[in-house]
Amino acid sequence: MDALLGPPKSVWEGGPLQASDHRVSFGGYRRSVENRRLLLPALHAVQDRIGWISQGALGYICRRLTVPPAEAYGVAGFYALLSMEEGPPRRAHVCDDVACRNAGGLDILAGLDGRPDVHPSPCLGQCDRGPAVFLQRAGEEDAVLVSTTARRVAEVLDGGAVSAPSVAVPQAGDPSLRLLRRVGVVDPASLDDYRASGGCAALARAVEMGPDAVLAEVKASNLRGRGGAAFPMGVKWEGVARSPVKPRYLICNADESEPGTFKDRVLMEGDPFALIESMIIAGLAVGAERGYLYIRAEYPLSAARLEEALARMREAGMLGEDAAGSGQMFDIEIRRGGGAYICGEETALMNSIEGKRGEPRNKPPFPTQAGLFGMPTVINNVETLVNVIDIVLEGGAAYAATGTEHSTGTKLFCLAGAVARPGVYEVEFGETLGGLIGLAGGVTGTGRLGAVLLGGAAGMFVGEEHLDMPLTFEDARDRSAALGSGVVLVYDDDADFRDAARRIAQFFRDESCGQCVPCRVGTVRQEELLARHLGGARLEEDLFDDIAKVMMDASICGLGHTASTAIRSAIDLGLLEREDG
Amino acid sequence: MADGADPPGVTLTVDGAAVAVPAGSTILDACRAAGKDQPTLCYLDNLTPVNACRVCVVEVDGNRTLAPSCSRPVEEGMAVGTDTDRVRHSRKMVYEFLASSADMGLVDEQTVRWMSYYGCDPARYGPQAGPVEDRDERTAGHHRIGDGHAAETVHQSVKVDNELYVRDYSRCILCYKCVEACGEDAQNTFAIAVAGRGFDARISTEFDVGLTDSACVFCGNCISVCPTGALMFRSEHELRAADMWEEDRQTVTRTVCSYCGVGCNLDLHVQDNRIVKVTSPIDHSVTSGHLCIKGRFGYEYVQELGDLAVTPIDEVLRRARG
Ligand SMILES: Cc1cc2nc3c(=O)[nH]c(=O)nc-3n(C[C@H](O)[C@H](O)[C@H](O)COP(=O)(O)O)c2cc1C
Ligand code: SF4
Ligand code: SF4
Ligand code: SF4
Ligand code: FES
Ligand code: FES
Repeated sequence: MDALLGPPKSVWEGGPLQASDHRVSFGGYRRSVENRRLLLPALHAVQDRIGWISQGALGYICRRLTVPPAEAYGVAGFYALLSMEEGPPRRAHVCDDVACRNAGGLDILAGLDGRPDVHPSPCLGQCDRGPAVFLQRAGEEDAVLVSTTARRVAEVLDGGAVSAPSVAVPQAGDPSLRLLRRVGVVDPASLDDYRASGGCAALARAVEMGPDAVLAEVKASNLRGRGGAAFPMGVKWEGVARSPVKPRYLICNADESEPGTFKDRVLMEGDPFALIESMIIAGLAVGAERGYLYIRAEYPLSAARLEEALARMREAGMLGEDAAGSGQMFDIEIRRGGGAYICGEETALMNSIEGKRGEPRNKPPFPTQAGLFGMPTVINNVETLVNVIDIVLEGGAAYAATGTEHSTGTKLFCLAGAVARPGVYEVEFGETLGGLIGLAGGVTGTGRLGAVLLGGAAGMFVGEEHLDMPLTFEDARDRSAALGSGVVLVYDDDADFRDAARRIAQFFRDESCGQCVPCRVGTVRQEELLARHLGGARLEEDLFDDIAKVMMDASICGLGHTASTAIRSAIDLGLLEREDG
Repeated sequence: MADGADPPGVTLTVDGAAVAVPAGSTILDACRAAGKDQPTLCYLDNLTPVNACRVCVVEVDGNRTLAPSCSRPVEEGMAVGTDTDRVRHSRKMVYEFLASSADMGLVDEQTVRWMSYYGCDPARYGPQAGPVEDRDERTAGHHRIGDGHAAETVHQSVKVDNELYVRDYSRCILCYKCVEACGEDAQNTFAIAVAGRGFDARISTEFDVGLTDSACVFCGNCISVCPTGALMFRSEHELRAADMWEEDRQTVTRTVCSYCGVGCNLDLHVQDNRIVKVTSPIDHSVTSGHLCIKGRFGYEYVQELGDLAVTPIDEVLRRARG
């Protein structure tokens, strides 16, 4: 704790009583608000060290930060990875989500049933190499196991060592790659190698051009967000750049928790310097002094590599008072999530950084007007940001020549499930769904396609008739689908879709923040309804539609809005009907 | 609006009728100005809107989703619908969802009227699951998966850990009002907060310690804002349990608190010549409905002085005092 915060300055912060403390009282509203942003890192420090948040530790944090204990308790208990009860020093979170459950995740859980140090987990972002396990170890770094077994997990829980899995992409070495060109090819720990392969040129060019020119190119590129909402990046940037208010913030959303998604992890593990470089370009362009990179806690390797890259870039003068010789101040801080899908929602993420519960805010106001700490904020997804490098190097118009008119550039897709070569694929917008599955070696299992879960749990199941669909934002919209975060989870025609639908309903029930009634209760009622149906009862379709409609119409955020789309699509495709009936 | 001196700044329509309100007003303000009050649960005039319950949603032309009228600021030319199919559907569902998961038997008459207006039928989610005692221990991101044949609820036993008020979270609809009243909007004590996540979210002290071990200063401001009776005077709780709570026989006497110079208005609720609860008018300029422990609970001396005749409710009230 004190390593994070420094020693307490006075008795008011929990230090020893000094003579001066009798005359000066620290504390008060402002200070408490300022300190609050350190709450999640402080809780992490305790969790990392002793494996749970003890009453004493919480009390100490509260004194140091002048945060009320009830509020700190409410924040800590919001996160699945902060444990409020004393338990074993090592804990395994075994993924039983859409991809891993049939790849061995359920077998691991069955094999280790009854162990108090084993918990089921939602998607861990390793879907191409499941079953995946996230390991929390008190006093040691967190770790990840992929393609693993119950025996191996038990071994590690009982003290065995773990080594980080390496990152690879199936298309490595393909000269047409843009976002993925360095992944698996260039040493992610070396700034020299990064430079030798063309790195940092875009930043130098951006500094030369100046913020206005960079902004103009970004607008000309027509780049749209890759985090799910497909919002034009230039519009966001302009809103903040033109704001008269200071300070402004930049956030990189690396929370990547949509089931089936792992593209951002591959970028961060394989090419961490590129993301830092993109963030600096973005920060300078919009006039932000500070950037936050919010990364899910389940990505320890990405976080380590980014910390390393950040340190190297700072040494090289690309961050700080005069970032990259621009004359502007810009620096970046990495923040770890705590195991909460909802913290990927942009305003929930901001609340999380501010040390509050990760509850989404009502919009408007939008982040560009009142975002982090109430200030104008640009928030972009990892993949979105990395595109900035090519936009600066080639110019916006040249960038826009790739892809289609409304979907410019290339897109990363996360192929997993019943395909021969799962992994992250980069294709130009406009490639068809069938073509993409072909690129990954085609359907395995029975060899016949059952359905594709497109866009993740918040997306929908689509059938064979969608194989000719060009993968663009506009084509997806025309067919009332969405590319979402680029999930292409393939099922053969023998797959258990009833089980998949139930897992998705469970996911939303678990991940709802609980703030608004439509989603807090609706996700529960939806799961109950589905359980009745899967247990043999007639599908209460009218009631399902009533529940879906209120979640879609009246929820605060996108989680509620999309919590029933995948299940609705499964019903429409007849996937929930029983084989024998 | 109130003083009529400022020219109204924004014109919009509510259900087709034009209405002008000052800039910065909410849609709810505009609806009220147009004579159309809207249902609310988490909104109160003396608290910052949290816009969480969504029962006040309205349809705004051009918006993909419905908007919470209690907090959405008006804009010039906005066209608001308060009784469209979508609005009626969402409001009905919100009420049904709440009534299927919590005990709403003590909500105010207005809420009862709205619920019947929208045709709520909480029974269609199946029989309600019985009380459970593990809600304070549940961990985020995990839940027990049932067969769907009983609708999950927040039913649990009443928390009685002091002589002044009880917490019956079976009635809690998680409107956040008590948290706001305890925190920034009134008391600045922060003894309670929302803990847990999703359906397992709940109002709690740190580590669910009893109120007497928490930061609670027993001002009772949370009680006065709670719309469902989840937070209740111990005296009222005991009288209700003994089936002796008779609101229609009670008188309410307005007086001024005699403890300090702030001068809070008190409403003494009296039954059988005994004070059974104390509130303060929400529109009172000094209190905005809020009091401190002395004004709220320090009334015993009034009825002990010289009043020796024992009334039927004395025994119950004595039990409440522990
Ligand atoms: C429930 C929910 C979860 C989300 N999770 C993520 C996420 O993990 N990563 C992400 O980039 N965007 C996520 N988003 C989208 C963000 O809110 C936001 O739109 C995005 O970060 C904007 O970046 P972009 O414009 O670059 O796409 C999520 C949205 C919702 C509603
Ligand atoms: S829709 Fe769900 S996740 Fe979003 S704010 Fe409401 S309860 Fe929270
Ligand atoms: S206890 Fe009452 S005021 Fe507090 S959240 Fe529950 S219903 Fe609202
Ligand atoms: S209620 Fe409290 S603050 Fe108000 S007058 Fe009485 S003693 Fe003073
Ligand atoms: S890592 Fe298991 S489903 Fe994604
Ligand atoms: S009253 Fe508006 S959201 Fe609750």
